[in-house]
Amino acid sequence: MPSHPRKTVEIHIHRRANPDSPQYWEQFEIPYRPNLNIISCLMEIQKNPVNKAGERTTPPVWHMNCLEQVCGICTMIINGRARQSCSALVDNLDQPIKLEPMSKFPNIRDLIVDRSQMFDHLKRVHAWVELDGTYDLGPGPRMDQDDVQERYAYSRCMTCGCCLEACPQYEGDNYIGPQAIAQVRLFNMHPSGVMNRSERLEGIMGDDGITNCGNAQNCVKACPMNIPLTRAIYEENRETVLHGLLGWLKG
Amino acid sequence: MASNGMKIAIVGGGLAGLAAAMKIAEAGHAVDLFSVVPVKRSHSVCAQGGINGAVNTKGEGDSTWEHFDDTVYGGDFLANQPPAKAMCEMAPAIIYLFDRMGVPFSRTNEGLLDFRRFGGTKHHRTAFAGASTGQQLLYALDEQVRRFEVEGKVKKYEHWEMMSLVLDDHQVCRGLIAMDLQTLELKAFPADAVIIATGGPGLIFGKSTNSMVCTGSAVSACYQQGARYANGEFIQVHPTSIPGEDKLRLMSESARGEGGRVWVPRNKGDVRSPSSIPEKERLYFLEEKYPAYGNLVPRDIATREIFQVCLEGMGIGGQNQVYLDLTHIPAETLDRKLGAILEIYEMFVGDDPRHVPMRIFPGVHYSMGGLWVDFDQRTNIPGLLAAGECDYSIHGANRLGANSLVSCVYGGFIAAPAAIEFAKNVQRNGADGSRIYDQELKLQQEINDKLIKQSGNENQYVLHQEMGKWMTDNVTVVRYNDRLKSTDDKLLELMDRYKRISINDSNLWATMALPHARHLANMLELARVITLGALNRNESRGAHFKPEFPERDDENFLKTTIAEYSGEGPVFSYEPVDISLIKPRKRDYSKGKTETAKV
Repeated sequence: MPSHPRKTVEIHIHRRANPDSPQYWEQFEIPYRPNLNIISCLMEIQKNPVNKAGERTTPPVWHMNCLEQVCGICTMIINGRARQSCSALVDNLDQPIKLEPMSKFPNIRDLIVDRSQMFDHLKRVHAWVELDGTYDLGPGPRMDQDDVQERYAYSRCMTCGCCLEACPQYEGDNYIGPQAIAQVRLFNMHPSGVMNRSERLEGIMGDDGITNCGNAQNCVKACPMNIPLTRAIYEENRETVLHGLLGWLKG
Repeated sequence: MASNGMKIAIVGGGLAGLAAAMKIAEAGHAVDLFSVVPVKRSHSVCAQGGINGAVNTKGEGDSTWEHFDDTVYGGDFLANQPPAKAMCEMAPAIIYLFDRMGVPFSRTNEGLLDFRRFGGTKHHRTAFAGASTGQQLLYALDEQVRRFEVEGKVKKYEHWEMMSLVLDDHQVCRGLIAMDLQTLELKAFPADAVIIATGGPGLIFGKSTNSMVCTGSAVSACYQQGARYANGEFIQVHPTSIPGEDKLRLMSESARGEGGRVWVPRNKGDVRSPSSIPEKERLYFLEEKYPAYGNLVPRDIATREIFQVCLEGMGIGGQNQVYLDLTHIPAETLDRKLGAILEIYEMFVGDDPRHVPMRIFPGVHYSMGGLWVDFDQRTNIPGLLAAGECDYSIHGANRLGANSLVSCVYGGFIAAPAAIEFAKNVQRNGADGSRIYDQELKLQQEINDKLIKQSGNENQYVLHQEMGKWMTDNVTVVRYNDRLKSTDDKLLELMDRYKRISINDSNLWATMALPHARHLANMLELARVITLGALNRNESRGAHFKPEFPERDDENFLKTTIAEYSGEGPVFSYEPVDISLIKPRKRDYSKGKTETAKV
């Protein structure tokens, strides 16, 4: 926390004009106001794109939507840590504030990255309950509130990618990663979801599967939704081992 | 073969759009799904409190009729009653379907779905998944639609934005033009029917509880191409939001549903910390004035009371703030039932609402108005349907809490078969088919080229800010005709200045500037519809309140406002409201609701 009131906020942005051009740093300075978050700072720069040296520049671009840390889209690296820029408050950050795009995903421009590979992972692990149909079949299975609470924790994953950014094993989409494994746990815990358990387990048993986890436990610390990712990895690792040993028995 | 090559385009991947996509794909037809953000990041994630359905598992004698009556009564009798009734009747099945999809709804001791209370009703009717129900419901549909995507039935166009419809010479919708938000490439997408499910227009008010994609831009484009816009003047201002620099963050009604109490110090200028103000020196103004419903009066009423208290200088420290107090509830209960929203408050304000009362103020939240649709979600443009917040159909003059999620899904579920039905029977384009797409594509390209080229001295973000401030100051909680008139003059001024904006970004790759410029033009058009609709309605009903006309006036204004676009501005007409099921009666939340007579 700063001990004296600031008059300005200094922000350094790691920029890139397009995927084919090099990255470079550009410095900005905007007037300080209390309760600024990073998004408000970026909006201020966007309104009047002049850098710290007083030169007109192109406005930096970024993704944003809910601004309540529930959509996951505005994730970037702020002072070295991947997090949502909507909930990053200037008053809690050391200056100059350094903004960088996430490094584990293709960089589109400035702070924008393409995280579509995370959604592809969800396809591979069949992250859904196979309904018979959407017509009315009455209520679902009864469930214990404790199980619901564990599922709810996994179900809050907003596919932001902080876990992959923090994971030392994840590089160049070589590993399916904690988010998809936690979704396997989410659906394998469900009384109807468990009926397609095998497909999900097989989705995390390939060369880029769960065994790539090096147990660094960075993911669980990086997760903004406090999802027990390491617990999911532990449980699913156990499940895949059993499935590998005994799966053939079930034909 | 008509149905073989059938394709339906859906614009918007929130609850309504995904609900429709799922139904159409399940019926075996192809869907092109357009969304400006990956669909899992849609604004539906922000809905917190829950979803209504009269499942009656609490022994309270609840019924779908009671839900229907609460909805119509809460909406101050401006809603057409048949679709509102149909929604309430479908609501229990919708909740059960989500239950089967695996939504982690909170449970009772017997493992049944738990229900909580919400505003405008005396029943426990709201199913909930912690306090992030919208997120959980959206994810369930996202998962189901992903399954159909894997099967090849749904093709997603994420980071694509609809610019306009493609209409043929008979004003039949034949598809749309969308823009790739990275390359700015415009492309025509033929479709046999188009469903618009793009949500609300909160960004017209600058700061609101809405997400940044909620510009109403696609809806405005439809309006400018001939779609009717209904009841635009009915904008819900949520009583409890957390004011912020960039947005007003929602503090869910479920906080009051679980026992939260709204109060201010009884003595003006009392600067003591809230915990040192004794009970008898606190003014629980909602409980005192509305003993029957207390803190759970409908949103329009709670908002006006909070607004009034602050206007009288009774807000905390004389500011525009009142307390929303949960500190009397055990922290464990709060964590289980409201955890997600308490985290939001803690994260953005810094105080722990388990121990310190929250400070809140009303914020623009929801549009009851939207594209005019018939009872099958069809707009007046053949082949164009609408569902969700972007249509006007269910909520009348005020929406009840936890009715939005159910209305989105209901709208999607009705729009899907109606779109299939239309697409089956529509005449396919003949040889002249490509002409209409080329024409519209050219028109949209010209608009983009002009914006990119022009170099005036107006700043589009400044214009947006000015619009937001004028709309928030004059077209929200309390409305005066002279101020509405001057707001419209201001909007005309902004439209004129818009002609001189410069987009200020020489790098067009993935630029935010051109899309925003397109949004702004569309927002200004809709802002006029909202403002002039309010100016014309000389009564007070639901969220629309004029001190000069403080009473509801059924004789002159029990009617739906319809705006149609013309080059000179919106042209207004009215149509009667279908009140065939429940006779309108006076709303009075100080007493219990009177028995409803079925007519």
